[in-house]
Amino acid sequence: MDSSVVQGIINFLSADLRLATPILLAAIGMIYSERAGIVNIGAEGMMLAGALAGVIGSFFFGSAWYGALLAVTVGGFAGLIFGFIVITLQGNQIVTGIAFNLLGLGLTTSFSRVILGSTSQRPEIDSFTAVAIPLLSDIPILGPVLFKQSIIVYFTIGMVFITYFILYKTTWGLKVRAVGDSPKAADTVGVNVYFVRYQSIIIGGMLAGLGGAFISLGLVSLFTENMVAGRGFIAIAAVIFGKWNPFGVLLAALLFGAGDATVFRLQSMGTDIPYQFIRMIPYIITIAALAGFVGKSRAPAASGIPYDKE
Amino acid sequence: MEGTCKKDLIKNYTKTVIPPTVSIVLALLVSSLIIKLMGINPILAFQWLFKGALGSTNSVAETFLKASPLILTGISFALAMRCGLFNIGAEGQLYMGALASTVVGLYMPPVPMFIHLPIAVAAGFIGGGLWGLVAGYLKVKFGANEIITTIMLNYVALFFIGYMMHGPLLEPPGFLPQTPMVAETAKYPKILAGTRLHMGLIISLIALVMFYILLWKTKLGYEIRVVGHNPTAAHYAGMKPNRSLLVAMFLSGGFAGMAGSNEVLGVLGRMMEHFSYGVGFDGIAVALLGQNGPGGILLAAILFGAMRSGANIMQLATGVPVATIYVIQALIVIFIVCSEIFRRKGLKPFQNIMYRYRKKGVDTN
Repeated sequence: MDSSVVQGIINFLSADLRLATPILLAAIGMIYSERAGIVNIGAEGMMLAGALAGVIGSFFFGSAWYGALLAVTVGGFAGLIFGFIVITLQGNQIVTGIAFNLLGLGLTTSFSRVILGSTSQRPEIDSFTAVAIPLLSDIPILGPVLFKQSIIVYFTIGMVFITYFILYKTTWGLKVRAVGDSPKAADTVGVNVYFVRYQSIIIGGMLAGLGGAFISLGLVSLFTENMVAGRGFIAIAAVIFGKWNPFGVLLAALLFGAGDATVFRLQSMGTDIPYQFIRMIPYIITIAALAGFVGKSRAPAASGIPYDKE
Repeated sequence: MEGTCKKDLIKNYTKTVIPPTVSIVLALLVSSLIIKLMGINPILAFQWLFKGALGSTNSVAETFLKASPLILTGISFALAMRCGLFNIGAEGQLYMGALASTVVGLYMPPVPMFIHLPIAVAAGFIGGGLWGLVAGYLKVKFGANEIITTIMLNYVALFFIGYMMHGPLLEPPGFLPQTPMVAETAKYPKILAGTRLHMGLIISLIALVMFYILLWKTKLGYEIRVVGHNPTAAHYAGMKPNRSLLVAMFLSGGFAGMAGSNEVLGVLGRMMEHFSYGVGFDGIAVALLGQNGPGGILLAAILFGAMRSGANIMQLATGVPVATIYVIQALIVIFIVCSEIFRRKGLKPFQNIMYRYRKKGVDTN
């Protein structure tokens, strides 16, 4: 094979993995909350909050890691508030999620101006760079694609396996699934439904926050208004298309990331191919999955329903 | 979301008026703190917001100009909600309606306004309605959850509009992703000299009256509401829940589509990418604040319209970013959602906490 073609393939796959990472992080977070019975439409807003928190942390403390830490904290806090509204106060999850998106957009847009100044004079900040793993990164094609990425990317892939293990091999994972499928039964056998749901939505918020920080510190190194640009919703699509299973969600996120990478490719080559139709694909196949055209996708039974002990 | 016919409205006074009012007050209080955090005097900011929204004839006109699409998207969400459906897809339906109106406005052979304009508006209704119907059909036929499908269809619509604006409908020579201006005969005439206020406001108010008549004065609307309360009971009462769901989704999408027409035919005169800035999503907040009833929707739309209209002045005068308005709106919605539990259970949750607290107090003494 021509070496430039090989390089092109490497670049494409590497970009795919990078672009899939924020979606995947938010989607893994959503697996926890959805499995516990909470639909988090507000992930987009939580990601935005994470994106800004990441830049602020990196700007004030001089390291992208502090940025990530701040983003995870902010995301977890957002998850806690979300949990308080939908678990303790039994508020409607869909409406709360939409309000969170609006809140995230409003707060980040307002505060980015106040804290970081106008768009034209953005400060230089530390961001995540690729870390090559010795030996492994020398493997042809696979090496540079898989082992020459940012540490967040490695962490994300690791989280897929860890999440699978937690959900299916640990007692707590069993509790999460039970709480999402039949909370009444879980409650009867002594599982604290509210507590498990709180834990899940906080984890969901933390991962969404980290996903947002990877957009502002990993894909680029600045914050712009509404920069999450619908990835929170693509994450929802990935969870549904991946059937609430970590490995399924990984494949879905990679597929959707490949769509993004293709679009960037097409745009940089300046072709006339209407890229909008490629952008539609994730949403259309998710609709198809929901309608049962490509394998029926079934949500956890108690998903979206507040639990009332009384 | 109980029925709010006239008698109920008075009977449930505490349930329909107090939660929205308290929510607005709380939202303003919390956003004051946020504005304070930016180092700006919140009282001053709200004064300018108020002045910007209602300070002159022009600003009042702008308030109503911004309120009229919100009335329509508010109706859109409320109508679906009355049938037990969560239509999160008003944004996409709005764009599809706007597109249909634009096509009629651009390509219909020359006809007088009294023919052209109604057809353009009707096209908007049908365009949005059909897009809503897609989600309705997928639900009825395949059991696909309408919450998720409407969200996904928003994006499909957005990208389709993007394609149309960059491709087939692009205005030559193609500097901006927008269509040429629609024919003058397809535009809403202005109704207040010296302002941008146009006939779309009147159309929105008529739509509001029709929404009321449809839901509370017709058999179709009665069925929609019964299905919303209890589809199984509706079925055993000899109604056809699936038909009601389809009708509700079509009408809900249709009103959202009209909001798109309102912007294209009344404000912009053409279609462009990303012109809506979330009017479809704001409809959800309007409907919630307005308790899914016509009077409430009207008041809520005017309130949100006023905030949108006054926000620019507030930003210019005090430096509070326009986006702070989103925060206020989001907080209003959140507080309303939180108040739902008190509506269902009265003050019991509070009393429980107080009771536990008191009991503890007794124990330690």
